Amino acid sequence: MSSNHAGAARAAPRTLFDKLWDSHVVVDFGDGSALLHVDRHLVHDLGGPPAFSDLERRGLPVLSPELTFSTPDHVVSSAPDRTGSEHRWAEGLIAGLREGSRKRGIRLFDVNQPGHGIVHVIGPELGLTLPGSLVLCGDSHTSTHGALGAIAWGIGTTEIGHVLATQTIVQKRPRRMRITIAGELRPGVEAKDLILAIIARLGAASGTGYAVEFAGPVVEQLDMAGRLTICNMAIEMGARMGMIAPDDITFDWLKGRRFAPRGIQWHEAVASWRELVTDPSARFDREERIDAATIAPQITWGTSPEHSIALDQRVPDPASAPNAATATAIAQALEYMGLQAGQAIAGTPIDRVFIGSCTNSRLEDLRCAAAAVRGKKVAPHVTAWVVPGSEDVRRAAEREGLDRIYTEAGFHWRSPGCSMCVGANEERVAPGQRCVSTSNRNFVGRQGPGARTHLASPVVAVACAIAGHIVGELPARSVA
Amino acid sequence: MKKVSTISGVAAPLPLANVDTDVIIRIEKLAQLPREQLGAWALAPLRFLPDGSENPAFVLNQPGWRGAPVLVSGANFGCGSSREHAVWALQGMGIECVIAPSFGDIFRSNCFQNGLLAVQLSEADVQRLLAFLEEGRQRSQPARVSIDVATQTVRWPGGPDFSFPLEARRRAALLQGLDEIGVTQTFQAQIDAWQARDRASRPWIWDVEGV
Repeated sequence: MSSNHAGAARAAPRTLFDKLWDSHVVVDFGDGSALLHVDRHLVHDLGGPPAFSDLERRGLPVLSPELTFSTPDHVVSSAPDRTGSEHRWAEGLIAGLREGSRKRGIRLFDVNQPGHGIVHVIGPELGLTLPGSLVLCGDSHTSTHGALGAIAWGIGTTEIGHVLATQTIVQKRPRRMRITIAGELRPGVEAKDLILAIIARLGAASGTGYAVEFAGPVVEQLDMAGRLTICNMAIEMGARMGMIAPDDITFDWLKGRRFAPRGIQWHEAVASWRELVTDPSARFDREERIDAATIAPQITWGTSPEHSIALDQRVPDPASAPNAATATAIAQALEYMGLQAGQAIAGTPIDRVFIGSCTNSRLEDLRCAAAAVRGKKVAPHVTAWVVPGSEDVRRAAEREGLDRIYTEAGFHWRSPGCSMCVGANEERVAPGQRCVSTSNRNFVGRQGPGARTHLASPVVAVACAIAGHIVGELPARSVA
Repeated sequence: MKKVSTISGVAAPLPLANVDTDVIIRIEKLAQLPREQLGAWALAPLRFLPDGSENPAFVLNQPGWRGAPVLVSGANFGCGSSREHAVWALQGMGIECVIAPSFGDIFRSNCFQNGLLAVQLSEADVQRLLAFLEEGRQRSQPARVSIDVATQTVRWPGGPDFSFPLEARRRAALLQGLDEIGVTQTFQAQIDAWQARDRASRPWIWDVEGV
């Protein structure tokens, strides 16, 4: 780290965010913004090709191709026998990513090969994302990587070009928020329920302008998959960056991964990573406390991730809204979702279930949900998909026999990619159909024009698939 | 980037909170079309009816507001994905400035990369402006507003000017049409020195051969 980093550490107590930010400053512009070094740049099939074209047009080289990694995830088909280029527009984008990566000396994890998958699944899984690293990607869910004690956020096409050309980013320093999750997790409550309930409580714009650190005893006990789920959805509360201090759970999970440091370097790295914690007296611009014991398994009813309630609750009634604008927003969301004001959400019939996305498609997610599937059948009118987050997740799950548990229950076991979370590969929910999805956004039209999305955890999603409707509580076996 | 100093024209009221980037431009449009053609599909779920025809109730489809360069909307405008195509799509339909109480952080960054002016006013000021514009709409009378980057003010016919915050770097980039890559490359020596130091202190970041 730079000398100014060591000096600052002695001067004043700092938050995890401050330590990560300070250690990447190349030039401090003195106006609250800085030029920061980018340690890992992940490039995908939607963001990469236009940025490569821009660079080509301007005759700019890639400064540090060895710190840049690419994979096609958004437009690839998830069909079990896919090549990846099935769709009308996929072929050109995937070819553009392959060609740009080859020409620029960027390592590509290609379709059906080890290492391929959703960028936010493969970065941590391959050990590319490391504690203390600054990770950028042309995708808003890049906040995911903060779960390892990294500083990570999503950027646009022009910024992708800037990072390729300069290995740096110009960024305004955000304010700092800490969300402390205390208390005891109730049975059946997963990381997904925690983050949905937090967003519902604080609001979809509550994190705008902030970097959010998730902390406290509940977070400290979460496994890495759970931490990745929480940081993944920081952007759904408006926070470009979410992060969690790295600890032994992080280091044990990371050790031995394909690109993680080895030997003496591993020990040196871990020693430096142990300093990546918020100092006891460091100040945040905003502090929030959440009692985990108040959170039950969640499901969204509307068209914003903040529209989340417990399974046994009723959807809101615009008549009880605090103001006219909120009443209108609730009424519009209910109309789009085909729900009546004040009705119980439980019992609402569903058509589709999607288990996948950068939020909930890791091996731990698939194991947890499979335990609730064993010996059951998907309701006859429901089409349920499982889309593993990466090729490595797919292969590991198949070695454990998880694919058979799902297929014997009537789920479709598919190939890795973003798939129906965003429908960039034409895998969509039909107009008017209702889908319980483990993804991250229930926006109007997100899963297809007219599609009705209910966000939930993998365990809730499988319970709904089996019941054929939104369940009012989890079956006893899934809360054991 | 082109220079932006003042924007004047009809302001269209869109009193919705959380207008997200999926609503601004659908994923398959950005995957399929060159950026110059995205304008035809901007705000599609609001602008078109399910049968594909224009929604006559949507403000930008109405005579007097069609082609308006200023959009005034609710909080958290542009929340959601990082797709810069959302900015290109709005620009493609003629929008030069969006006024809202707050913006998605990534969308706001993308706006400034393309000279789309994202003007943040207080919730109360936006509500006053929206009420004024909506009232004009009832009378089929579009109102013009004028946004000045140098003075960071919004001039409107309904009252005293509003002022808005803007980082000095952003303002200079807009007024001078600066290209961020070009500016950053003037710091190439600092970038090289930072990387050389980092290779020594954090070799694991640079040793990415893998196994």
